[in-house]
Amino acid sequence: MKKYFRHIGIIVWKDILLEFRTKETLISMFMLAVLILIIFIFSIHLGKIKALDVAPGVLWIAIIFAGTIGLNRSFLNEKENDCLLGMMSTPIDRTAIYFGKMISNFFFMAIMEIFIFPVFIVFFNLPVQNFPGILLITFLGTLGFTACGTLLSTMSVASVKLRYMLPVLLYPLILPVVIAAVHSTGALLYGKQLSDIAQWLKLLISFDIIFMTASFLVFEYTLEG
Amino acid sequence: MYYLFSAYGLMLFILFAYIARVNIKCGSLVAKAEILTNHQRKEISIIDSSNVRIGLIGLAFVFILIALYMALVWSPDAKGEPPTYRILYFHVASANMSYVGFFITFIGSILYLWKKDLRFDRWAKVGADLGVHFCALMILTGMIWGKQRWGAWWIWEPRLTMALVLMVIYIGYLILRHVMENPVTTAQYASVYGIIGFIDVPLVHYAIKLWGKLMHPVVTGGGKNAGLAPEMMLTLQVSIVAFLVTFCAMYIVRLHVDSLEADISRYNAVRKEG
Repeated sequence: MKKYFRHIGIIVWKDILLEFRTKETLISMFMLAVLILIIFIFSIHLGKIKALDVAPGVLWIAIIFAGTIGLNRSFLNEKENDCLLGMMSTPIDRTAIYFGKMISNFFFMAIMEIFIFPVFIVFFNLPVQNFPGILLITFLGTLGFTACGTLLSTMSVASVKLRYMLPVLLYPLILPVVIAAVHSTGALLYGKQLSDIAQWLKLLISFDIIFMTASFLVFEYTLEG
Repeated sequence: MYYLFSAYGLMLFILFAYIARVNIKCGSLVAKAEILTNHQRKEISIIDSSNVRIGLIGLAFVFILIALYMALVWSPDAKGEPPTYRILYFHVASANMSYVGFFITFIGSILYLWKKDLRFDRWAKVGADLGVHFCALMILTGMIWGKQRWGAWWIWEPRLTMALVLMVIYIGYLILRHVMENPVTTAQYASVYGIIGFIDVPLVHYAIKLWGKLMHPVVTGGGKNAGLAPEMMLTLQVSIVAFLVTFCAMYIVRLHVDSLEADISRYNAVRKEG
């Protein structure tokens, strides 16, 4: 078991090292998120609409679109020079690859979110309240997104056509995460407490657990392509 | 009445256009497969028997006619409802059939990953394909009913939203199958997607129900099935059976076409090798 965690750690460390040497993915993710915020602000006329009503939705759209770029890149890096094949031929459990990639995807998205959140607050002139609650929701939502997204992005590198189809496959599946995250972020920004959104929290937690378990069981079949 | 007839026209058109399309494809494929493989098919199963196919299609036709008569003529008018309520009989039946189709996809996907037999993958594929068709039928008939009853083609009510999401998930499944080339990889990836897609359904359902409560404090059109007169209940059951037979007929024909296609591509692969 200890060995298993060490293998996961090695894969995560490899990804982090690779990313911090180039910083390509993080910068493109962050810039896309900022641009999405800007485009939405131009299209919704904040003078007439209450910022609190639309802001959570816009934030999560930005996070999910930027996250998709990260997912696309994460396995594309492995595909170049057949790194994936190399990783598969090492004597580690296949599911360790899944958890390693998932954690590194999660990590990059979390860094992007840390940077995008102040931008979001400033652009929409939002009150800063319930910060720990929003942090928890973002954590759970991002975990669900990466749990499902890592599995699908492993498949999507198999062919060029499928790579462009990743959002088509991914977005319907993560709808529960989007609905739960948007509504609970909105409720928290309105000043409600965590106990008011207990049902959404339950949904997010069960989504994360179910998808991590399911991916753990079927991940092996997405690698053999 | 205008809406009613357009609904039935549309539904029958989709059903029989589908059967006709598959049958035409089937005819040309049978000829091709027989010339190529010279009648040497390895496995002869029930889906390859033309008697079963023709019998099922005939049975489906008869059942649909009976269901049409019962739904349009025999079933009494509902109190306080426009005659478009009769869409219900086919709306509910096609909803059930789409669930049957998606469930077959789930089972087929699990069986494929377990047994690695491409036959199960074909089960899953045909299930999803028919499921999407019946889901479209359900949404279209529902929209026509809704226009009459609610005055709008579409409202963001939980059940409607759920049907839409279900259809989008399985269209994704079909797209995944469509863009892949290698049959073994396709089967594997599609099975993975078929399984996680099906697991996702209860979660989406729960999320949409919670969301719907926020959107509409009072759920409109609640209890559509409640308080059906005995004749109506019988009509509904008959039309569900009619749809089930039609579903089976379409399923068998499609499965037959797909297994012929697999035969031909296997034959071509062997011929290429020498």
